[in-house]
Amino acid sequence: MYVSVKGGERAIRNAHRLLDKARRGDPGLPAISAAQIDQQLALAVDRVMTEGSLFDRELAALAIRQARGDLIEAIFLVRAYRTTLPRFGASVPVDTAAMTLRRRISATFKDLPGGQLLGPTFDYTQRLLDLDPEAPTAEGAPQTATAEEAAVPRVTDILGRDGLIEAEDGSEAPVADLTRDPLAFPAGRDLRLQSLARGDEGFLLALGYSTQRGYARTHPFAGEIRIGFVQVELYLEELGFAVVIGEIEVTEVQTVNQFKGSASAPPQFTRGYGLTFGYCERKAMSMALVDRALRWRELGEDDKGAPAQDEEFVLSHADNVQATGFVEHLKLPHYVDFQSELELVRKLRREQEERRASLEAAE
Amino acid sequence: MTVASEERKWAMGVLACAEPEALSALWEDWPGKPAFTWLRKPESGLVMVRGRMGGEGAAFNLGEMTVTRCALQLDDGTLGQACVQGRSAAKAEVSALVDALHQRSGDREAVRREILLPLEEARAAARQALAAETAATRVEFFTMVRGDSE
Repeated sequence: MYVSVKGGERAIRNAHRLLDKARRGDPGLPAISAAQIDQQLALAVDRVMTEGSLFDRELAALAIRQARGDLIEAIFLVRAYRTTLPRFGASVPVDTAAMTLRRRISATFKDLPGGQLLGPTFDYTQRLLDLDPEAPTAEGAPQTATAEEAAVPRVTDILGRDGLIEAEDGSEAPVADLTRDPLAFPAGRDLRLQSLARGDEGFLLALGYSTQRGYARTHPFAGEIRIGFVQVELYLEELGFAVVIGEIEVTEVQTVNQFKGSASAPPQFTRGYGLTFGYCERKAMSMALVDRALRWRELGEDDKGAPAQDEEFVLSHADNVQATGFVEHLKLPHYVDFQSELELVRKLRREQEERRASLEAAE
Repeated sequence: MTVASEERKWAMGVLACAEPEALSALWEDWPGKPAFTWLRKPESGLVMVRGRMGGEGAAFNLGEMTVTRCALQLDDGTLGQACVQGRSAAKAEVSALVDALHQRSGDREAVRREILLPLEEARAAARQALAAETAATRVEFFTMVRGDSE
C-alpha cells in the first residue's frame, strides 16, 4: 500500500525553478524554437507523435523542448495534453496506396512498378561523425529528376494479384480502441496493432530482433517500406459525406513471411504490418516483425514460448508511459511502507534471536 | 453525390490541406468580408486516424490528430463549416467563410479563382518538387553472381 506524504512545497517549487534554469542552459546561447526542433530534429518529433499517439508537429516539438530532449517525458506530456481535448470522431481508414511518396523500397523485388526510391535515408552513409562545427553540411542542393505520374502499387498488392500472399479480410467490424477500453486478452489484431503503433520503439526493436535471432522465427523479408503523405478523411454527419480534413506523413512497412499451406489451400506467403506517424522506419519495421510473431494462433503455428509470441507480455509492457510511471514511482516517498517492512525484519530477527537463546539454554 | 456536394467536398479538402499562412494571405486580399453569425465557434479536438491491416484489410486505430472545427451562417442564410487539421481557430474560421462563399452562385467563381485554385496550385507545386527530388534518388540495383559460374 502506498501511503502519501505532505509537505515539501517550498523545496518542490525551488526544484522546479532549478529545472527551468537547467532547461534553458547557458543564457548566453540563443533559445531553441519549436519550429527549429520541428525542422532540424524532425525524427525526434516523429517519434514523439507516434508514441504520444497524436499527430501535431508543433505540440510534439514543444514537448521535446519542455522535456529537455527526454523523449519519453515528451511523449508523456503529449499523452497528457490529448486527454484535455474532445474527440470528434474516427477517420475513414487512410489509403496508403495513394501515398505521395518520399521513400519507397522493397527488398523482395529488384525491379518493380514505380521503382525503388531511396529518399532522405541514412542507409548507405558511412556513419562517420562529421566534426565540422557547421556540420553536417549537404553535399550540394538535392538533384531532381522526372517523376513517374502513374500510381505506385504496394508490393503486397502485386503478390496478392496472383494469390501468392494471404489476402487481408477487409470486412468492416467495430474497431477496438485501447484509449476507451482497458486491454483484454485474447486481443484482436486491431487492438494489437494500436498497442504496437504507440508502443516503445526500443522495446519493439528488441522483440523484433529476438524473432530474427530464433525466438519465434518467421523468416521475414522487407516486402515494402513506404514513407510519405496521405490525406485523412472524416465523415461529417451534417453534410452526409466524407471530407479531407488534412494530410499527415506516415511510414508503412509490410513484411512478407514464411508461407503456409494445407491439404486444401496452396502455399502462400503471410504478412506482418507496421504503420506509424511520420518517418519512423525502424519502429515500423519492428512493429511488423512483432505483429507477425503475435499472429501465430490465427495462422495455426506452434506456440514456441517466445516472448514475441506472448501477447499479454508484449501488449502489457509496450507502453513506455505506463512503464515509466510504474518504474519511476519507486523514487517517491515510501516511508510508511518501508517502516512497516523494517519493523517486520526487526521482529523476525528478534524472534530468531529468542529461539536461539532458548535452544542454547535448554542444552 | 450531387455535383454541388462534389464541389464542396473538393473545396473543403483544399482548405484543410492549405498552409495556414497561405490561406490567410489570400483571405486578406479578398474584398468585402461577409458578415456572419456563429453556429458553432471554433473548437479544437481530436480525430482518431485509422489505418488498415496490410493496407487493405480491416481497420485499426493508429493514433489521433488535432483538428479545429466550426460552423457559421452568412446573413443570407448560407451555411459554412470547417473541420481542418491543427489548432488554429483563425484557419477554421476563414475555411468556413470560404466554404460558405463558395456555395453562393454569385461568389463561387471568384472564390475558385482567387482562393481555391491558387491554394491547390501551391500544394501541387510543393508535391511536384518533392516528387522530383525523390525521383532523383531512384536506384537501380543489379544482382551479381558470386564465385565461378564455370
